[in-house]
Amino acid sequence: MIVLMLLAMLLMVMPRAQAIDPVELEDPGLQERYRDLSHELRCMQCQNQSIADSPVGLAGDLRREVRELLLAGKTDAEIRTHMRERYGDFILFRPQFSTRNAWLWLTPLLLLLIGLIAALRVVRQRAALAPTDNSLSDETSGDSGSSGRSAS
Amino acid sequence: MTRFLLPAGVFALLVAVLFIGIQRAPEKTVIPSALIGKSAPAFTLPVLGSDQQFYADSLRGRWYVLNVWGTWCPECRNEHDTLLEIARSRALPVVGLNWKDDDSAALDWLEQLGNPYDVVAVDREGRVAIDWGVYGAPETFLVDATGTVVYRHVGPLNLQIWSREFLGRLPRASAGGGL
Repeated sequence: MIVLMLLAMLLMVMPRAQAIDPVELEDPGLQERYRDLSHELRCMQCQNQSIADSPVGLAGDLRREVRELLLAGKTDAEIRTHMRERYGDFILFRPQFSTRNAWLWLTPLLLLLIGLIAALRVVRQRAALAPTDNSLSDETSGDSGSSGRSAS
Repeated sequence: MTRFLLPAGVFALLVAVLFIGIQRAPEKTVIPSALIGKSAPAFTLPVLGSDQQFYADSLRGRWYVLNVWGTWCPECRNEHDTLLEIARSRALPVVGLNWKDDDSAALDWLEQLGNPYDVVAVDREGRVAIDWGVYGAPETFLVDATGTVVYRHVGPLNLQIWSREFLGRLPRASAGGGL
């Protein structure tokens, strides 16, 4: 039963196997780049899907554009730039690092750092408040049976 | 007491940031054109219902409007009356870009509903639309006399938007009229 569930979950997270695109390039190297780029570029109409996964007309047109650029010998970087010039940074799922995007990339790191510092401070405060170890345990082990009166 | 000051401060900052984000959300749903301030992409396309070609650089030297539309697009139907009104006002040339459409359907549409365009260029395969960064119809671009894209409106036009965003960007003494 569990195996079935796991299998079902596995099938659901395999988007590449279900890609919409029927077109393939002959050259395997180009085809691989085409696949990768198609997953990197956002379908501007259904904005949460890549052009590889989106069934709408615009996605097909953009895939065609990528194919033609690849066949014309453009590099991946040139193709990304070509798309960014027309649609802006938003067409890339992974926005390229620039002064405008810097805060987008750095803020999570910054927050993580703040969180770590805060956590460290809490741990240190707790350590400072905890009773120091030796004195108490010495008394109890050395004075077994005694109710607190000093041994005579 | 001071122990709570830092987390409370961070929380207040977070609330402020999120609040500002929510306020700005409506404008963020529309993607700004990447062409603003850049040269309008040149193109040569067939003219609808004719065997002539339309050369985009023939428009150089005057302000014009490029309207991307298709008969398959319901919102284009909604803005059609506004386009007719704009054409009647003869404020600016209106160039139509018939996007991923069928010629006879487009011709029927214009004949039945009226033709607001000075010329209609047929982009059957959508290549020119991609050059203009079009991601849906209708879209309307404002281009100045130097051929620079000044503004893009996504979605159907109405006279309010036309007046505020398009006419409002024209220089005082702009020439009117069609092509």
